[in-house]
Amino acid sequence: MSGTVRYVSEDGRALQALPLGREELVRGYRAMRRARLFDERAVTLQRQGRLGVFPPYRGQEAAQVGAALALEPGDWLVPTYRETAAAIAHGLPLSTAILYWRAHPAGWSFPEGVRILPFYVPIATQLPHAVGVAHAGRLRGEGWVVLAFVGDGGTSEGDAHEALNFAAVYSAPVVFVVQNNGWAISVPTERQMRNTRIADRAVGYGIPGVRVDGNDLVAVWDVMRQAVARARAGEGPTLVEAVTYRLAPHTTSDDPSRYRDESLTAELGRAEPVARMRALLEGLGLWSDEQEEALVAELREEFDAAVAEADEAPEPPPESIVEQVFAEMTADQRRAWEALRGG
Amino acid sequence: MAAESVMAAEGTAALTMVQAINQALDQALAADERVVVFGEDVGVMGGVFRATDGLQAKHGADRVFDTPLAESGIVGFAIGLALAGLRPVAEVQFAGFLYPALDQVLSHVGRYRHRTRGRYTVPLVVRAAYGGGVHTPEQHADSPEALLAHAPGVKVVVPSTPARAKGLLLAAIDDPDPVFFLEAIKLYRSSREAVPADPYRLELGRARVVREGDALTLVCWGGMVEVCLQAADVAAREGVRLEVVDVETLVPFDEATVLESVRKTGRAVVVHEAARTGGFGAEVAARIAEGAFFDLLAPVARVTGWDSPYPPFTSVEHHYRPDAARVLAAVREALLT
Repeated sequence: MSGTVRYVSEDGRALQALPLGREELVRGYRAMRRARLFDERAVTLQRQGRLGVFPPYRGQEAAQVGAALALEPGDWLVPTYRETAAAIAHGLPLSTAILYWRAHPAGWSFPEGVRILPFYVPIATQLPHAVGVAHAGRLRGEGWVVLAFVGDGGTSEGDAHEALNFAAVYSAPVVFVVQNNGWAISVPTERQMRNTRIADRAVGYGIPGVRVDGNDLVAVWDVMRQAVARARAGEGPTLVEAVTYRLAPHTTSDDPSRYRDESLTAELGRAEPVARMRALLEGLGLWSDEQEEALVAELREEFDAAVAEADEAPEPPPESIVEQVFAEMTADQRRAWEALRGG
Repeated sequence: MAAESVMAAEGTAALTMVQAINQALDQALAADERVVVFGEDVGVMGGVFRATDGLQAKHGADRVFDTPLAESGIVGFAIGLALAGLRPVAEVQFAGFLYPALDQVLSHVGRYRHRTRGRYTVPLVVRAAYGGGVHTPEQHADSPEALLAHAPGVKVVVPSTPARAKGLLLAAIDDPDPVFFLEAIKLYRSSREAVPADPYRLELGRARVVREGDALTLVCWGGMVEVCLQAADVAAREGVRLEVVDVETLVPFDEATVLESVRKTGRAVVVHEAARTGGFGAEVAARIAEGAFFDLLAPVARVTGWDSPYPPFTSVEHHYRPDAARVLAAVREALLT
C-alpha cells in the first residue's frame, strides 16, 4: 500500500514515531474494543432473535472509531448503516443503538445533544445532507465540522459526486471518509471501479485526498485530526480513503461464501485493527492481560445494562405509524389514526 | 390574512406572478435571517424567470447564491441546511428537471420527521416552474405534481394568481414541513393582480371556491384555474353556472371543500395538465366517489393531458394541454347525463 499513511505494522509494531500520546493510545484502544464487543454481542442477539437484521462491522473498528475520535462533541456525524461503531464512539447510547437495530422507534430518535444524523440505508444520498449541515454551520458561525461516511460501492452513486463537488465549490467544513472495505455486498472493488485508489478522485474536485491504512487506529485518528482541523480553519473538505476489509458478511442475512473465498478472509483477518492495537499497547508496556480482562468485564456489564434498558421500551402502538408525518396530522391521517387506534 | 383583504386596493401594487414571488422571497429574506435562497442561476442572473432578480445584490451572496448544476445535490443540500436550522428555499428551474432529485424527495425529504419520530425535520421549500402553453423546449413543460403528491410527508402547493402565490409562498417558507411549490410558467407574466405590499400568509391545505355555480363543479389547480374560469365564462353566457374550485394545495388535500361543492352541484369535472393515468385527477375523482357518490347526477369526468409525454412538438402542443373548449365538451357531456 504505497502512498498509504500507516504508523503501526500488522503485527503491532510502531513503524515511525507515533503522533499520539500514551493516554490517547489507551483511550483509542478502549473505544475500539468497546465497538468490537458491541458488534460481537449484536450478532449474537440477532441469532437469538433479539435483534433485527444487523450489518456487522468487524474489522472496520479503526476506520470508524479513529475517525469519530477526531471530532469534538459539537461536530456532526453522518453515518451509513454500517457505522454503529462510529456512532457509539460519538456519543450514541448503546441502548439507543440496540433499539435502532431492533427497528424500535425509540432507537430512531437520537437523544438531544447527540449530533448524529440517522443511519442511512439508501446509498450515498446522505452525503449532500452532510454538505448542507456543514455549509449551514459556516453561514451561522457555528464552527462545527461534519464527518460523512460512505463505502467504496457508494462512491459509484451520483450523489457522492454531487456532494463532493458542492463541498469543494463552497469550501464546506466536511470530511468525507470512504471506508474501502473491498466489497459492495458481493462486488469487489476492482469490479466497482477502474482506479481502486479512491483518494485519487480528490484531484478532480480540487481538494486534498488522503489514503490511510484503515486498520491502523493511530493513522486514521491522526489523518482525521488534520482533516478536521483543516475544515474547522475554513480550508475546506478532505477526502479520506480508509483502506480496510469487511471480515463479516454484508449483513446477518448474507452468506459471503457464495461470492468470495472465506479462507482468504481469515487470512486478511490477521491484519484486523483491534488485535493490532492491543499488540502495540502491549509492546509499549501500556496494556496487560489483567487490564484486558477488566475492560472486557466492564464492557460486558455495560452492554448487558443497555440490553436491559432496551428491553424496557414499550411496544409502539399501531396508530404511531401515521404520527410524525407532518407537524400536524392531516384530516386523512387523523382518520387513519382513529382507525388504527380502534376508535 | 383573510382572503377578502388580499384584494384590498390600498397598499397594493399590480404585480405579475413572478414579481409577487420575487417580493415574497425578498420579504422572507428580510424578515428571517434563517432564510437562504439558492439554485442554478439564481444569484447574479436572478433566475431563468427572474424570480430572484436583485435579491443577491440586496441580501448578499451568503443568503442568495448559485449552486452547481445538479438537482439531486440541490435538494440534498437543502435537506442539510434545513436539518441545521436554516430555512432553505431552493429553485429548480423547471419541474421536468426535478427527476434526478426524486431520490432525495422519496428517500429523504418526506421521511426525516417520520423515521426520527420528530427528532429531525426538514422545513424546506423547493420552487419549480411547471406546465406548458408557452412553447418551451422539450422537458420544460412537465407537470409532475402527482409524483410529488404520492410521496408521503411532502406538501404540494400550486398557486393560480399573483396574490395567492405571494401569500402561499410566505406560508410555505414558514411551514414546519417540506413544501414543493409549483409555479405555472404560463401564469408568470400573463396577468397582473393587486398584491398587498406588506407580507401576508395564506393558509396551506385550503381549497377555495373561485367561482360560485350550481350546475357542475370544475376542480383544478395552478395553470388550469384560468382555463376553467374561461370555460365558466362561456357557460355563463348560455345561462349555465359552473362552480370552480381551486384546489391550490394538493397535499394536504382539502377534501371537505371539494365534496361540499360536488354535493351541491351533483356533477364534477377534474382538470389538469399532467398525463391522465395516475394523475392527481384520479385521486380527486376517487375522493368524490368515496365521499359524494349518492349526490352525483353524472359520472365524474377528467380533462387532462393525454397518456403521452408532453409533446416537444410545439405545433401540436395546444392539443395536449387542456383548454376551455375541451373543458366545455366534458361539461356538456356531464350535463346531458
